[in-house]
Amino acid sequence: MDAAAEQKYNYAVVRWFTVMATVYLVVGALVGVYIAAELAWPFLNFDIQYITFGRLRPLHTNAVIFAFGGCALMATSYYSVQRTCGVRLWSDKLAWFVFVGWNLIIVSAVISYPLGITQAKEYAELEWPIDLAIAVVWLVYSFNFIMTLATRKSSHIYVSNWFFLGMMVMITYLHVVNSLAIPVSLFKSYSLFSGVQDAMVQWWWGHNAVGFYLTAGFLGIMYYFIPKQAGRPVYSYRLSVIHFWALMFGYVWLGAHHLQYTALPDWTGSLGAAVSIAMIIPSWGGAVNGMMTLSGAWDKLRTDYILRFMIMSLAFYAMSTFEGPVMSLKTVNALSHYTDWTVGHVHSGALGWVAMVAIGAIYHMMMRTFHTEMWSLKLINAHFWTATIGTVIYVVAMWVSGIMQGLMWRAYDEYGTLAYTFAESVEAMHPYYAMRAVGGGIFLLGALLMLINVLMTVMKASSEGSLQQARTAAATA
Amino acid sequence: MANENQSVGFQDKMERNVWLFLIITALALSVGGLVEIVPLFTMKNTMEHNAAPELVWQRQAGQTLADHKPGDGMRPYTALELAGRDIYQREGCYLCHSQMIRPFRDEKERYGHYSLASESMYDHPFQWGSKRTGPDFARLGGKYADEWHRKHLRAPRDVVPESVMPGYPFLKDQSVEGMDMVKRFEVMQLMGVPYTEEDIANANAGVAGKTEEDALVAYLQVLGTMAKLDENKVYRE
Repeated sequence: MDAAAEQKYNYAVVRWFTVMATVYLVVGALVGVYIAAELAWPFLNFDIQYITFGRLRPLHTNAVIFAFGGCALMATSYYSVQRTCGVRLWSDKLAWFVFVGWNLIIVSAVISYPLGITQAKEYAELEWPIDLAIAVVWLVYSFNFIMTLATRKSSHIYVSNWFFLGMMVMITYLHVVNSLAIPVSLFKSYSLFSGVQDAMVQWWWGHNAVGFYLTAGFLGIMYYFIPKQAGRPVYSYRLSVIHFWALMFGYVWLGAHHLQYTALPDWTGSLGAAVSIAMIIPSWGGAVNGMMTLSGAWDKLRTDYILRFMIMSLAFYAMSTFEGPVMSLKTVNALSHYTDWTVGHVHSGALGWVAMVAIGAIYHMMMRTFHTEMWSLKLINAHFWTATIGTVIYVVAMWVSGIMQGLMWRAYDEYGTLAYTFAESVEAMHPYYAMRAVGGGIFLLGALLMLINVLMTVMKASSEGSLQQARTAAATA
Repeated sequence: MANENQSVGFQDKMERNVWLFLIITALALSVGGLVEIVPLFTMKNTMEHNAAPELVWQRQAGQTLADHKPGDGMRPYTALELAGRDIYQREGCYLCHSQMIRPFRDEKERYGHYSLASESMYDHPFQWGSKRTGPDFARLGGKYADEWHRKHLRAPRDVVPESVMPGYPFLKDQSVEGMDMVKRFEVMQLMGVPYTEEDIANANAGVAGKTEEDALVAYLQVLGTMAKLDENKVYRE
């Protein structure tokens, strides 16, 4: 069985993406915890230009989104497209090109951000030569995926692949348009757009990086790995169809809600907010679809730690996709915008949903592609609790600090003058910034446990010879 | 369009044909962006200076950037200001400081008149920001003395004890002379920022002998000072 799969599919590239995703989760979370600590205890900047908050923050966001998220997406999509289509990846060479290329891009980000090489557009800070490399690697990644679909053995394309496909198309649009710039030198360029148009393009990119990279892509993970791990079919086919098309058509409109009450024309922001509210329906439909896949098998949650990660991720997905539309309402946004509430919202999605569903899928793939059990199940359980507790502490700290900031900024005293200086609001944030660093630290601890577990499993597979056996059997078969 | 367990009709066709699926998905994905972004380039009322031309500096022939007085209207940045702006971006200042005041009473009292789209018309890229870990900068210019900014940049907590900002003492030791402002002006001009040939020719002279700290302070001091806004005028509906 193992040997047959090893022979039939390209598991090698999946193994590498899976292990690297785990490594980058630790790196990304580590940088995150460090910059969180810088905000709580600013002496940690040490007056060294390469490690200031301003230079490391893009490194943190890019490491978690593109290094961890990217490797997780590439591992899961290349794994599940082979399994659902019953064929090997269309091209092994292109798959390895994507692996090497993507990792080189990550290395270039690790070098260029501390040096201050940036386009200064959030979540798309990489300079133009690296942007070109991203475009090439992304298109090759997508092309190989689509060609694998085109050569499939199954009659229909399975639902997880729809979501991966949607992500690939949209990220191509977004990356190309948002990165349009004119170079000044090899390491400096100016955005082609200015002011209000640049703001709209940026947040069209910014929100859809969340909507398609971190949502559609990870929903692809959900639709394959939850049914597989639970051993049950997806709850409702019809709900999948509605979820998919509503998400594809609707999510694109949301970016404008980042610019409520700014100099962006009112119609654009209101349109973005209106569609944002409507998005609760498909999002919750999707979450229900995932959760109800467990109906009749809820007892598995008692014993299956991997499934726990996946179900917890759906709880966070449902919560974040309710919180997001609420925050896009003008009255709420007036308070929440510019505050830590936004940071909390992002992390309930990023830690609670994106990371947890990916972690579940990584454990699942580790066992299938290394042909062995995980080194320690207890460690997976410990990881589950550290990840959950860390996320909750982080998110609660940011809710409190965010709402407090918003209220302090708009508070008036009895004489009708502003009650607080800005500096007083900064001072009031200190306990919550410390609490956030602790929550992030606990999450990081869990990621470290995972890395240990993953590496020990790799060692176990090689000492047991399970991987070797599968490979030789594959070679001689 | 589909029953509970299997696809029918057009959905079924798409699920059997990856190319058809790809095309329909690509079309569905393009609508929102087109509807929200394209009109911002074409609709006149997006930019307030179309109705209020005094917001933009009406430059006479032969005038240099130095002839502009605060309040004359939006103008391109001088070489030193643009160098400072590039350092502002390099250091990621926009991650903690917004440059976009919203039309609320408290923001007006704390920061000043709400920001207009025309005020960032020459900003490639925009610097509105998304987070206020520190205060808004849209109208920072002239609020503090140059010397205050220098002290604050070198050691923020010596000036504001509650601050969580990193110190930037290294800026005073790094020169901006190597930044090739001529090339930067040329690229800006290419994108429609109205620099004259004379501006470009003198660009490098504008940063001669200056440090990164000088440049950054020059940028911070011009923010919000170019155009003079009328309290009684409604610029945006």
